[in-house]
Amino acid sequence: MKITRAEVEKVARLSRLALNEEEIGTIIGQMDAILGHVEQLNELDTDGVTPMAHAVPLENAFRCDEVTASLGAEKALANAPNEVDGCFGVPKVIE
Amino acid sequence: MALIDLTIHEMQQQLAAGSTTAVALTEAFLQQIKATDEQINAFITVCDQQALAAAREADEQRAAGNVQPLTGIPVALKDIFVTEGIRTTCASKILGDYLPPYDGTAVRKLKEQGAVIVGKLNMDEFAMGSSNENSAFGAVRNPWNTDCVPGGSSGGSAACVSARQSAATLGTDTGGSIRQPASHCGVVGLKPSYGRVSRYGVIAYASSLDQVGPLTRDVRDCAIMLGAVAGYDCADSTSVDLPVPDYLATLEQGVAGKKIGLPKEYFIDGLDDDVKQAIDASVAKYKELGAEIVEISLPHTKYAVACYYVVATAEASSNLARFDGVRYCQRVDEGTGLADMYSQTRAAGFGDEVKRRIMLGTYALSSGYYDAYYIKAQKVRALIQQDFTKAFEQVDCILTPVAPTAAFGLGDKTSDPLQMYLSDIFTLSANLAGICGMSLPCGISQKGLPIGVQLLAKAFGEAELLQTAYAFEQATDWHSQQPEL
Repeated sequence: MKITRAEVEKVARLSRLALNEEEIGTIIGQMDAILGHVEQLNELDTDGVTPMAHAVPLENAFRCDEVTASLGAEKALANAPNEVDGCFGVPKVIE
Repeated sequence: MALIDLTIHEMQQQLAAGSTTAVALTEAFLQQIKATDEQINAFITVCDQQALAAAREADEQRAAGNVQPLTGIPVALKDIFVTEGIRTTCASKILGDYLPPYDGTAVRKLKEQGAVIVGKLNMDEFAMGSSNENSAFGAVRNPWNTDCVPGGSSGGSAACVSARQSAATLGTDTGGSIRQPASHCGVVGLKPSYGRVSRYGVIAYASSLDQVGPLTRDVRDCAIMLGAVAGYDCADSTSVDLPVPDYLATLEQGVAGKKIGLPKEYFIDGLDDDVKQAIDASVAKYKELGAEIVEISLPHTKYAVACYYVVATAEASSNLARFDGVRYCQRVDEGTGLADMYSQTRAAGFGDEVKRRIMLGTYALSSGYYDAYYIKAQKVRALIQQDFTKAFEQVDCILTPVAPTAAFGLGDKTSDPLQMYLSDIFTLSANLAGICGMSLPCGISQKGLPIGVQLLAKAFGEAELLQTAYAFEQATDWHSQQPEL
């Protein structure tokens, strides 16, 4: 196996996904098969190859320096599941 | 000819001649949607009232002499494009009834040019899939055979054009998501070069691979639609500041003397006989039209699937972190704290394929695996791009199958994600390399399903691509074949 149950549980935590037992059982086998396929990348000698993050080489891209209207709080909050006094409400983080 | 059977360029002529109106066209398409979509399920949202209002406005503008290229042309959009005041779902439960506060750039451009938006189209959730079976709104069915998939992830966009539910559609293509469904539904689909069309207002899947492109009835329509949406946009810092050529001006230049490359790595075991015959016939047609056929090699082709499913999932795991139940989304909160709220919201909102890709991407980026998976895949990506750079020193265009088979049956591949991924083998490389590609109809299988041929050109070679495709289309009639509904 390329991946253990403990690793899958850890990745689920990092991914912020509450997976149930059944989902974890299924995904171990699936991830194992996919990672097994990915192994074939190791057949290639890539020493000295520069990793390619992007198809188009980009320098730092500044946006156009123009003053434009922003969205505004009302529109920005319109889809919030919990709006509190013009802010996004979230569960308490610090007691 | 019925209004819904017209191409965009035919509609433009009839609208100009006054023999039809935007309202008549829009009503005809809305009627077709009503009559066929229970079967096809291409639409997530139909905007009848807004569409009719926009059509009336288009007719008024025309009467006042304000005519844009798309004035009064009914189009539909993959539900990945944010649309002001029109529900946008990305085919996910997690977005609920998200009403975007703005239009994406491609949508804004279509509207500015007078297009009428008839609705939002079904897709694989967050554009992750090759069959359009990963949708919270149910699978899309192929108009040619409703027991078959339409392809994905822009399955609704392809099925919609094929079923004559709108004149043209926009999709997105991260690893073949325009070209493969176009092939499976018998329509024309173009994935522009990375940076050709703004991604602003397109819900992100894998940002270094995603591109917006059109799906249309024919190549001329494809040139019209690409011209309408292409161009630099300062709201997308990865869009490229190059002038947009007049794609229609060079469309009819023919292929005599052009060099078309056939990469030997694409003609492999597992290529369906019907597909092989259709591709061989396409090659013969190009020879007849005066093109020179050259065998070429793209030696890293077989690594594309492995490379893509690391790069794309890594980027996805990062992009989809925004769906956390705070700014939008259906929040699930059992009162056990912030981290649990995130995890519960995401567990309830995302479908299986999305969860799988987030997990794979998070794994590839996690401490201890980053170099072995993510950096390794980025290096292989560079090798794949170099293959194309070398090939385009020899040839003007590359011709390949779009997919190893015609459309497969609903449910055939859902239990084995790796098998589903492997069916993307011929389309992924173009996204990794950033070049442009298109699918055009080139045959019908023995089971009566359409087959597409893929043409690839170097980055920003869309004019070349359209020209090459147009010559083929003029010499064949595959694009005019229609499914019986």
